[in-house]
Amino acid sequence: MTTATDIHALLQSMAEEIRQQLGDKKPLIVGIHTGGIWIAEALSDLLGADFFDAPLGTLNIAYYRDDFTRIGMHPQVAPSDLPFSVDDRHLLLVDDVLHSGRTVRAALNELFDYGRPASVTLAVLIEREEGHELPIHADIAGQSISLAAEQQIKLTNDGKLQLEIISDGSSK
Amino acid sequence: MTNNQLTESGRLRHFLTIEGLKRPLLTEIMDRAEQFSSISHQQVKKVPLLRGKTIVNLFFENSTRTRTTFELAAKRLSADVMNLNISTSATSKGESLLDTLHNLESMHSDMFVVRHNQSGAAEFIAQHVAPHVSVINAGDGCHAHPTQAMLDMFTIRRHKHHFPDLRVAIVGDILHSRVARSQIQALAILGVGEIRVIGPKTLLPTDCQSLGVHVYHDMEEGLHDVDVVIMLRLQHERMQGALLPSAREYFKRYGLTEEKLRCAKPDAIVMHPGPINRGVEIASTVADGPQSVILEQVTHGIAIRMAVMSMTLGAQSEQEAQA
Repeated sequence: MTTATDIHALLQSMAEEIRQQLGDKKPLIVGIHTGGIWIAEALSDLLGADFFDAPLGTLNIAYYRDDFTRIGMHPQVAPSDLPFSVDDRHLLLVDDVLHSGRTVRAALNELFDYGRPASVTLAVLIEREEGHELPIHADIAGQSISLAAEQQIKLTNDGKLQLEIISDGSSK
Repeated sequence: MTNNQLTESGRLRHFLTIEGLKRPLLTEIMDRAEQFSSISHQQVKKVPLLRGKTIVNLFFENSTRTRTTFELAAKRLSADVMNLNISTSATSKGESLLDTLHNLESMHSDMFVVRHNQSGAAEFIAQHVAPHVSVINAGDGCHAHPTQAMLDMFTIRRHKHHFPDLRVAIVGDILHSRVARSQIQALAILGVGEIRVIGPKTLLPTDCQSLGVHVYHDMEEGLHDVDVVIMLRLQHERMQGALLPSAREYFKRYGLTEEKLRCAKPDAIVMHPGPINRGVEIASTVADGPQSVILEQVTHGIAIRMAVMSMTLGAQSEQEAQA
């Protein structure tokens, strides 16, 4: 579907928007496992080494999800790692796709267990127009798209970022 | 011991013994513990994973450290915890145990963490609990102490990484030690190169060789070139049983001193499940020395117990989802 060059264009427009909104705030960047980290890394590269005040933070929200009593443990991913204090700082929270908003809800809960940030700005590569289940919207989105409920959009990374739309409801 | 601690899909439903478990599951427990360790960097050292779950620490035998770390683990997972210390009555243990159990079930408990001086107590309880309840063995008689063994494996992995390259010696009263039994099983499942046990004949099981371990009665010889030294607590009650001459004599032969430790590899780590008897099985200079990881073991105990608690209750949810 979306090619690597398209994604690069989306990332560039996101980076421009981030510069405008947070340029004077010495922000810190936090990516959500796994796709959010890829996007956060790409944005960090585009914005340059000095734009963010510390190395990229990563969040594994598996233990903050709301579906434990329904489906049990999630597959393992690397632990969360925030190599800075979030207190009184402006954070840029990054994910690949915003759909129901539940992942971002979990990420916000986890972030606030690390401290009290001054603000959190949400940036996503893709914001789905339908299917929001919480009052959560992206501040910065590479692209908004409309998909049928049973369709999934997935970011893959085999050295190159690519977006894939899966229509078969059975695949995750 | 049958493996009724696993669900049909091989997930951990109860955690009763290391025996019969496969390497990937032990590795998963350690990996999950690694993830949970990162919570200690948070200002709020808690995750909401087990919110609304009720966990009962059912301790028929005293243990401050084990109970406290189970309690802390449950609290860091946001579960509600009740601590019950029940001293066993000499008569009709079976009956009173089940009565206690059913009463606690009626309070909608989701998990029992069981410590008992009778081997098989946790297994017995697991056979009789309601289907939605998980049981974790926090030590039963001379049988097993699986979470202790896993926190020890986790500690070894943190320091030594690759199990097959390692030589591990366990020193002391192997015969009466549920910790040693579980450790030996875990070390074997993880493919440790060589497992040694060191102790007097009276304190080693007769079937040692069949456990796949090498037996030493001489400490210096047994410690030669090992990467990990695990000391066991000498239980005073054994001394009265005429199994041992005296504490002083024991220390002379099997107490870990700096001198004896020099037989091991220079970077060997020293472990002990606690509580330590200074001057009986371990010299203070070693227990407090640079090679000692004894206090780290305590810290790791919290993360390991968080892993096991969340995995067992998670497996319950998985099962319900499939049903």
